Amino acid sequence: MGKSYGEWLARWRYLVLLFVIAMVAAAATGVQYLTFKTDYRVFFSADNPQLQAFEQLQNTYTKSDNVLFVLAPKDGNVFTKETLSSIISLTKAGWQIPYSIRVDSITNYQHTEADGDNLVVGDLVPDADQLDDAALARIRDIATHDPLLVNWLISPDGRATGVNVTVQLPDPEQQTGKEISRVTAFARNLVDKLQASNPDLDVYLTGMVIMNNTFPEISIRDQQTLVPIMFAVVVITLILLLRSFTATVVTFLVIVCSVFTALGLAGGLGIALTPPSASSPTIILTLAVADCVHILVSFLHSMRHGLDKTSAMVDSLRINLQPVFLTSLTTAIGFLSMNFSDAPPFRDLGNIVAMGVVAAFFIAITLLPALMLILPVRVKPGATRHSRYMDRFAEFVVERRNFLFYGLGFIVVVLVIFIPRNELNDEFIKYFDHSVDFRNATDFSSANLTGIYTIDYSLSSGESGGISEPAFLKRVEAFADWYETQPEVLHVNTLTDIMKRLNMNMHADDPAWYRLPRQRNLAAQYLLLYEMSLPYGLDLNNQIDVDKSATRLTVTVKNISSNEMLALEHRAQAWLRTNAPEMRADGASPSVMFAHIGYRNIRSMLTGTSVALVLISLILVIALRSVKIGLVSLIPNLAPAAMGFGLWGLLVGEVGLGLSVVTGMTLGIVVDDTVHFLSKYLRARREQHLTPPDAVRYAFSTVGTALWVTSLVLIAGFSVLTLSPFKLNSDMGLLTAITIAFALVADFLFLPPLLMKVDK
Amino acid sequence: MKLSYIMLFAVVGLYTIQAQAESPQEKGLQIATEADRRDQGFGDSIATMQMVLRNKRGDESRREVRVRTLEVDNDGDKSMSVFDAPGDVKGTAFLTFSHINKPDDQWIYLPALKRVKRIASKNKSGPFMGSEFAYEDISSDEVDKYTYKFLRDAVWEGMDCFVVERDPIDENSGYTRQVVWYDKVEYRPQKVDYYDRKSELLKTLVFHEYRQYLGKYWRAMRYEMVNHQTGKSTTLSWKKYAFRNGLTDRDFDKNTLKRQR
Repeated sequence: MGKSYGEWLARWRYLVLLFVIAMVAAAATGVQYLTFKTDYRVFFSADNPQLQAFEQLQNTYTKSDNVLFVLAPKDGNVFTKETLSSIISLTKAGWQIPYSIRVDSITNYQHTEADGDNLVVGDLVPDADQLDDAALARIRDIATHDPLLVNWLISPDGRATGVNVTVQLPDPEQQTGKEISRVTAFARNLVDKLQASNPDLDVYLTGMVIMNNTFPEISIRDQQTLVPIMFAVVVITLILLLRSFTATVVTFLVIVCSVFTALGLAGGLGIALTPPSASSPTIILTLAVADCVHILVSFLHSMRHGLDKTSAMVDSLRINLQPVFLTSLTTAIGFLSMNFSDAPPFRDLGNIVAMGVVAAFFIAITLLPALMLILPVRVKPGATRHSRYMDRFAEFVVERRNFLFYGLGFIVVVLVIFIPRNELNDEFIKYFDHSVDFRNATDFSSANLTGIYTIDYSLSSGESGGISEPAFLKRVEAFADWYETQPEVLHVNTLTDIMKRLNMNMHADDPAWYRLPRQRNLAAQYLLLYEMSLPYGLDLNNQIDVDKSATRLTVTVKNISSNEMLALEHRAQAWLRTNAPEMRADGASPSVMFAHIGYRNIRSMLTGTSVALVLISLILVIALRSVKIGLVSLIPNLAPAAMGFGLWGLLVGEVGLGLSVVTGMTLGIVVDDTVHFLSKYLRARREQHLTPPDAVRYAFSTVGTALWVTSLVLIAGFSVLTLSPFKLNSDMGLLTAITIAFALVADFLFLPPLLMKVDK
Repeated sequence: MKLSYIMLFAVVGLYTIQAQAESPQEKGLQIATEADRRDQGFGDSIATMQMVLRNKRGDESRREVRVRTLEVDNDGDKSMSVFDAPGDVKGTAFLTFSHINKPDDQWIYLPALKRVKRIASKNKSGPFMGSEFAYEDISSDEVDKYTYKFLRDAVWEGMDCFVVERDPIDENSGYTRQVVWYDKVEYRPQKVDYYDRKSELLKTLVFHEYRQYLGKYWRAMRYEMVNHQTGKSTTLSWKKYAFRNGLTDRDFDKNTLKRQR
């Protein structure tokens, strides 16, 4: 079949060329529809329970994202006329940010106080110009002691302050994709203006909107830096290996066509790019090389041995068609296993790469041979150096097979022991490295003002107007008090603080009355009065539901790991069950969502990986026509991922969302080496009736070079991903590169001794 | 006769020229003034107001308030609002003297505290009882609270309307501008678009079921306010309107606040 295909192709090479170019061009038109997703919520599937809990909470109160300006005056004191007037002007300008619905700062904070029988409600700092030292000291005293402000909009030492802008973006269906960048551009412009007018102020920009905007920024940066690096790596490797200008150019064309076909199909299918799926071009590029290398190495080898061009190509296709098909199939299955992931960006990544792999296969068996037959190819006759090295290497493996078998077996066991050292962690701030402004701004904010990780609770009284019930308020207060004493907690925003303050105001600011009102009517009436006195945008609708039956309590925590976050929430649940079972509610927030995502993904990917494993093993058994050899191949196919995770546990010890997909993905790739090696080994055993050691020697001499070169390209390709500023990509790239390296070791040093032991 | 025709043409012509020369600002002001003029002389009114608040999920909540209004010449009206529901704020009463150029005077009586408190706040842009109505949306419409600009003629719900932009003078207002549709026959506001501080459409208020009282004064029985940015909405229904009840300043005194039932 392979032979007749090669002859057919040689005859119709021009038509094939035209047809393939037309198909690629048609698919590539979809590239224009590619867009970037700018929302952290894309990491969660629609049925993710933590996402649903958070959405429900947001629909009850206000659905919103935020922009946080962190201001730190160089003189270390926020409470100066200059800084306060900068805050006032930034607060005012904040209302102009697109989609803004609320601006909170220490200057527009609605301070309440009693003045005889008057209740005075107004901005804490309406105007900074007239302030004398006494007034500044008074404002400082109020701001740094108000529980609603400290560790949220003002640091206890008065060195840093925040202006928080709440934005309400249109519903996702109505978004054009430009909203986030508009908000970010506007906010950055405000920062520039502020620093121009007040150079003594350091200003940092963080918040969920800024994070969302960072996603496309790093994706684009990845495309601009990683893809060219990867191309350079591929071209250099090809020139060194193939030593043929034509072959290099043709391979280059094949990978470009594969990438464009995959991206075009993705665009046409409406897949939007996210940082993980935006790494697909680099991965496709890497994988496409392997197909070409296998075909070209055989082709050039035959030509160097004196075969004419057409015969060499027909022969190469005859030998390689089946293994290249098989490896493409298994690689695609490996990537398709990502569809089991709970995080849609990884499903997209898997699907785009799988499409790229399939495209690369078709292009490599059509366009590549057609072009090679059309273009002039010159080779120097004679054996290559590589195969001589390979022969010597094969001797080494055959002679030292016992040592290698037990030695490597020992190393595998040792590495596997370290797998449990890996701890799950998905701190989304740490997804970004220090070359990203957002990360640095957020780190500054966490160190000097407030954290970005929060946990929200919608505490329900169970009855209309029930938030004014003294018993309910007492429970909420006790919950807030409990949270305040937890070491991880920076700030608790609770309605009870407002209630206590109003009660004091209504009793002539007597501190003895700073406590919850004791009758329901009184609390309800305070609330009514207070709500009537608040200005536009600073209402309580973000923390009281429409029926006044539930209130939102927001806890801001320090930068803690996912496990610490889950542990804290777990303790909170235990407290609620013991002390206030009737108002128990699950904590919901982006931080909680990310804290769970690692566990959810590992569980879903276990299924995905198992399915891939079964399918791939079946394919191997059928293709190799041997149940025994197929099952034996499982060991070198599974060991590399286990070794990779073991080494990771030893060196890093922290895994997250990005790594949960690695096993399934690498399975499809590492199996390629096994397929190539085993198919040559079995050919030697069955067709030439060689002994196992001789069959090993034959396999090494025929595919050894191609294997280590393709592995090298793959390792280089995935290593390039480690340069990404996005941790999900860089970690995935690094662990995949490690796993592929281990796979090469396993296939070269462990599989042959294993075969010689088993196959007798 | 001929001369008088010529006179008539001249007058009509002049009038037309004058009308054309009228700036959009003048025309806007003229429409608002006419609308205000048509509502003058109602004296006082009593009505019951029911609010239904809805959030994005569709959860609902109700409030009930009795409102008494006393017309005041050359200044904002006086009003007294007494809450009937929800139960925990029953008997809470607000007294407001609205003013054109200075902050309104507001007193509140809290039955649970048995005290009258004066609210010293410039804020009147916040939500009224958690609804989508700001206090400034339902306080009395005085001509001098805004500057005006006639925008265009338009048809709304089959009615020929003037579309007039009005910009609040009070810098504490939550809005940069409002766009009001007045029907040309009765000069009743039919619809108001509210634009927030960044000049983006925030809310739309539509008036429904206008009824005429005393053969002259039109009152909408239902207000529908939708917040376009948050997806929340509020329906305000008026019932039991009664005019000329013989209310006087003495019924709008802070000492009478406590006696409201």
